[in-house]
Amino acid sequence: MPGFDFSNYNRNAALHARGVPLPKATSTGTTIVGCIFEGGVVIAADTRATSGPIVADKNCEKLHYISPNIWCAGAGTAADTEFTTALISSQLELHSLSTGRKPRVVTCMTLLKQHLFRYQGHIGAYLVVAGVDSTGVHLFTVHAHGSTDKLPYVTMGSGSLAAMSVFETQWKAQMTQDEAVKLCSEAILAGIFNDLGSGSNVDVAVITPDKTTLKRNYIKPNERTQKLKSYKFARGTTAVLNEKIIRKEDLGNFVSVQEIHVAEPGDKMEVDV
Amino acid sequence: MSSPFSINGGACVAMVGKDCVAIACDLRLGLQALTVSNNFPKVFQYGDVFLGLTGLATDVATVSDLFRYKVNMYRLREERGIAPKTFANLVSSSLYERRFGPYFVSPVVAGLDPKTGEPFICGFDSIGCIDFSKDFIVSGTATDQLFGMCESLWEPDLAPEDLFETISQALLNAVDRDALSGWGAHVYIIEKDKVTKRLLKGRQD
Amino acid sequence: MAMFSQNPLMNGPNYSFNEGPKVNAPEGARQHRFDPYTDNGGSTLAISGADFTIMAGDTRLTSGYSINSRYHPKVFKIGGTTADQHDATLCLSVVGFAADGEALKERLDAICKMYQYRHGKPMSVKACAQRLSTILYQKRFFPYYAYAILGGLDEEGKGAVYSYDPVGSYEREQCRAGGAAASLIMPFLDNQVNFKNQYVPGSGEGHALQERERKPLTRSEVEVLVKDAFDGAVERHIEVGDGLQMMVITKNGIEEIFLPLKED
Repeated sequence: MPGFDFSNYNRNAALHARGVPLPKATSTGTTIVGCIFEGGVVIAADTRATSGPIVADKNCEKLHYISPNIWCAGAGTAADTEFTTALISSQLELHSLSTGRKPRVVTCMTLLKQHLFRYQGHIGAYLVVAGVDSTGVHLFTVHAHGSTDKLPYVTMGSGSLAAMSVFETQWKAQMTQDEAVKLCSEAILAGIFNDLGSGSNVDVAVITPDKTTLKRNYIKPNERTQKLKSYKFARGTTAVLNEKIIRKEDLGNFVSVQEIHVAEPGDKMEVDV
Repeated sequence: MSSPFSINGGACVAMVGKDCVAIACDLRLGLQALTVSNNFPKVFQYGDVFLGLTGLATDVATVSDLFRYKVNMYRLREERGIAPKTFANLVSSSLYERRFGPYFVSPVVAGLDPKTGEPFICGFDSIGCIDFSKDFIVSGTATDQLFGMCESLWEPDLAPEDLFETISQALLNAVDRDALSGWGAHVYIIEKDKVTKRLLKGRQD
Repeated sequence: MAMFSQNPLMNGPNYSFNEGPKVNAPEGARQHRFDPYTDNGGSTLAISGADFTIMAGDTRLTSGYSINSRYHPKVFKIGGTTADQHDATLCLSVVGFAADGEALKERLDAICKMYQYRHGKPMSVKACAQRLSTILYQKRFFPYYAYAILGGLDEEGKGAVYSYDPVGSYEREQCRAGGAAASLIMPFLDNQVNFKNQYVPGSGEGHALQERERKPLTRSEVEVLVKDAFDGAVERHIEVGDGLQMMVITKNGIEEIFLPLKED
């Protein structure tokens, strides 16, 4: 990566010093979870993206691809989770190409924490990293400042307490895949319904040694109800003052094709007429 | 001092219809409460893709020129126009490059896929997080009002003529409840073989 | 008015004491703060018709990212002679700080009851509206942080809606949205109740077009608008949801309707 461009930084810092607030980025509220089961790992997320109290995206994807066997759930600043995971995914692909080995989850986690620590928490990515590699099944959390945890079940985001309450009451060791998927989706549902920062649908990813299954919109408990009335307007309701139509076929009229005379070899170049 | 996003004011909205997309903006340029110009369009056309930019006017001008340059360079290199999806990723990475010194703009992209003709719209925050949407995207100082209007007026599979009425009514009524936007509007209806640009009558206060 | 155009606790100048002039206190000095207000979210809506008024509000009570209650009514019957308010003729809706809203409702209700006992007739909306303004302005420098809307039928039997800012500035209106999602709902009401920005198709060209004439909506039309307005607000505002409480005020009394909303 060429790195960040700081050329607007001084301008914005000067503005900030005069009391201009920082721009608000999408999403801080989220519920993401992860849980290990016998022979694999499940991660899950809600699909709401917010900007202040307004829902910016009702069905966004918070489960990010790292490599076929490693996936990442992201909370915090949406742009940061998106680009940090893409960056590490790319580095990991190059690394595995040069080593000729499949990437390991610890490698991914280490790259993430080193990247985030370098930026001292200014990159607001809070991640749940999960995957299966030659050394076994792994589940980590990575915080924006670069600290990491390794646990059998984890939650993050503003809905983490709601989700953790489900894990703390229902989690048990040695679960089956179906049990883990059910537990994770229930934890997300707890976040969706009890945390205002989380909402809409449940996305789930199941990673096992032989394959990864992404269940996009695994549960859709919040479909919009049918409107009682259509608000289609009669054509001509809006007052138009001016109209211009550009047709693709007419574009040819604006282009003039000119034959260029190719000079015979040996001809003198025409300098001026 | 107020937020850079609301010094100059302005609103922009994009909507999906049946085999068509629409993008519209208001025309106001202000300095806090004082209106400086009533002819400051915020939608820019780059070949077949459209970019709406709201936020700080100086950055709107800078960013619109920056993307005109980038799209032209793309066309010279690739010998074809840029697809909306590709352009969206270009916008996203260009904005994230300035993660720690952003442009104060909230862009909106609209267009039809050049191969499939599929409608495409998306929005961004100022640091490049893409918001893909199948229905509508809003941005600017009238965001709340536009969300309320679009959420109740929009329905799927609107024909180009109906989509025009819906997006126009959504925008006009939204900006009338926002002190920093309004003063007329531009609406583009983008179809497979033609683009219709209309100037709307709106309140001048 | 600009002072109250937005949520006072989140941005702009407000009444809590924590934004007082910053003093360069010496090291170790303690500053005392007094933050008596919270924003409990939620939204309200009132539309008046030819012979009815509909008042509505969602029933979610929030603080921060938490839901404190999924059924906390914001719309109240006012001025009935009994505790169950079966013979009430007025409705008050309040959003903002729930405790202040509750206190305001109790005070206005008590005043309406006193009026009924003294004069042997219920208070008119006009009188009640003026009285409510006085109550709010009495606390000009320590206001009730509540956006109130008062609804009823006027002396001619027509629907009446009065809307207030927290310090008592008020106005009679055709329709009004209040609270967290007011900015989402209000332009929709302008468009669908007052037909703003709508013209009669084919009645002219450009500036010569004729405006679509306003006609009073029927009760069922208004009920549909209210539900659709709230469904839209629930989709896009995180503090609105759970339940929709509607009060329909007619000459036969007040009918209460409860409809479910999304809970996420």
